[in-house]
Amino acid sequence: MTAQLTPGFANPPIEAAHAFRQVLEAMAHPGRIMGLAGIAAPAPCSAAAACVLLTLVDGTTPLHLAGAHDCAPVRDWVRFHLGAPLVGPQEAAFALGTWDALGPLAIYPQGSAEYPDRSATLIVECVALQASGARLTGPGIKDAAWLNLPDPAALRTNAALFPRGVDIMFTSGAQIAALPRSTQIGDA
Amino acid sequence: MYVAVKGGERAIDNAHAWLEDARRGDRAVPDLEIAQIREQLALAVDRVMAEGSLYDPDLAALALKQARGDVIEAVFLIRAYRTTLPRFGSSLPVDTGAMQITRRISATYKDAPGGQVLGPTFDYTHRLLDFDLENGQPVPPAPEADAQAGPVPHILSHLGREGLIQAEPAGSEDVPDLTRAPLEFPAQRALRLQALTRGDEGFLLSLAYSTQRGYGRNHAFVGELRIGHVRVAAYLPELGFEIEFAEIQITECESVNQFQGSKTEPAQFTRGYGLVFGQSERKAISMALVDRALRARELGEDMADAPAQDEEFVLSHCDNIQSSGFLEHIKLPHYVDFQAELELIRKLRCAAAQGLEAAQ
Amino acid sequence: MTAETLSRRDWLGLIARAPLPLLEALWPDDPPPFDWLRRPETGAMMVQGRAGAVGAGFNLGEVSVTRASVRLQCGAIGHALVQGRSPRKAERAAVLDALLQTAAAQDVHARVLVPLQEAECAARETRARRAAATKVDFFTMVRGEG
Repeated sequence: MTAQLTPGFANPPIEAAHAFRQVLEAMAHPGRIMGLAGIAAPAPCSAAAACVLLTLVDGTTPLHLAGAHDCAPVRDWVRFHLGAPLVGPQEAAFALGTWDALGPLAIYPQGSAEYPDRSATLIVECVALQASGARLTGPGIKDAAWLNLPDPAALRTNAALFPRGVDIMFTSGAQIAALPRSTQIGDA
Repeated sequence: MYVAVKGGERAIDNAHAWLEDARRGDRAVPDLEIAQIREQLALAVDRVMAEGSLYDPDLAALALKQARGDVIEAVFLIRAYRTTLPRFGSSLPVDTGAMQITRRISATYKDAPGGQVLGPTFDYTHRLLDFDLENGQPVPPAPEADAQAGPVPHILSHLGREGLIQAEPAGSEDVPDLTRAPLEFPAQRALRLQALTRGDEGFLLSLAYSTQRGYGRNHAFVGELRIGHVRVAAYLPELGFEIEFAEIQITECESVNQFQGSKTEPAQFTRGYGLVFGQSERKAISMALVDRALRARELGEDMADAPAQDEEFVLSHCDNIQSSGFLEHIKLPHYVDFQAELELIRKLRCAAAQGLEAAQ
Repeated sequence: MTAETLSRRDWLGLIARAPLPLLEALWPDDPPPFDWLRRPETGAMMVQGRAGAVGAGFNLGEVSVTRASVRLQCGAIGHALVQGRSPRKAERAAVLDALLQTAAAQDVHARVLVPLQEAECAARETRARRAAATKVDFFTMVRGEG
């Protein structure tokens, strides 16, 4: 156990409920950039990503750490706060890393036609979130939303798998935006 | 036709207030303390823990107080409470061989190593009411004698060494949990045991009795019954090692059942297993008998199709919270359903009367 | 086993199983200044048994527990997972675990761990002696008839 271990939510019932609400709002309104912070996160993990993990991941949720996020401080933090088993991408319910580190979306569980929920949720750490770039339409979006997506073509392929496929949350600093598989991705 | 009705809030509030008043009873009688229930109604507390599926004597005592002694209502309160608790993890399987014994008997071996230890049992009482208890006479402490140190081995391990009893197969690391995933049939033995240990004691007792009376004949001996304390250990990832974080009292029953053999298995003894929170030997023995009855299919026995051998029947009906939930819902308003039935009966009678007239 | 040879695994268990009133009586001190890594949180651990005592694991039911983690100013981290629902007990246990990794260890050993262990041993001893008094002695009965 490293001495840098940082605390989680100061008041877990209240703060976890607030964080859950923000994540829910983000998922319900794809492309909308929401604030999400309140805890100190182990580098290189963003505060928003750490909040998502604290809110949604526990000992029954296999987690994959990709690239630079698979380091001792993050692993220690996960072990202490979440107790989640660390697994490879094929078994992950959640995955955390940068777009490049996470690798192709197809290596994560995609769910089945009978159980589309048996699929992964990817937390993609970004340099910045901007309401510009790809045009998003679909459930939860009134007319259209815009978000700077790392690879629109790959995400379009994922959306075409619906109801299978993965769901994605983009995080940067204290911000989050979501891209569920139900969202259609247009051109920039 | 659907008619929404609203109302009764004041009646409900007042009913709750009366319930609270009735629970308290005569104010001239001292209020029950939780510790009194925990210490002096310990077997009721144990039953609430076993069927509530949460080991916490103070909480079970509180539930009994709140439920006015209605055990199933108390179990309901505990079940509702436990759903609010985050699950931190799972223990390692408790080692009942390392149990600190308070009672340990065998109906199969008189001179079992470790001996027959009676413990605080009702067995040899004459079931005569003790009117001294009305006056709260002081009770002397229990007698003591020199004790041997060390754990007491399981009796069935001796039969196992001779190969006369069926070996217990090791299972996978992944233990199914019926509180997390819906029950599907056929169920693994691990799921059956979980359902039975939290099942209703009365239901299991009746089923076990039915096997003794011939419904699924599997003549059982109590190979060993033990009650005592075990430590519960868990691996904590933040520490990197296991700690024994709790000590609980449990009751274990291993039944020994004759088995004639089948196409795949030689003649040998087979086992039924009961393990229950607290001191509850009636439940543990019942569980062992029903567990054994439910193994009829896997042992390739001629199916008698007795109720106790029918997995779906037993597991679907052994939970008293499920059962009472469905049973008691029929006392809630069914005004519209009943109106429909009433209409139907009137129409049928009317049609029958017209038919009669036409015939005349 | 004497308290001097207690490992961290032993003392974490010993404190976890101890009744709070005894713990409070043995160690009524104000805790040294500390930061919470995890505030006391009550939850449950699933207890497993084994089919036929030695076979495959199955879920027996849950036991209520409370956990907490603290960091003292010197950097020592203390963890606790204690039986029951007392946040106070989890806090005391976590602080004691941290102190037992500092220069205060000897003092805490002597004042808290030794008496806790003695109390647990005494309770087990009483149970064992009562059980022994109810052990059936068949040979005595045979002698009595002869």
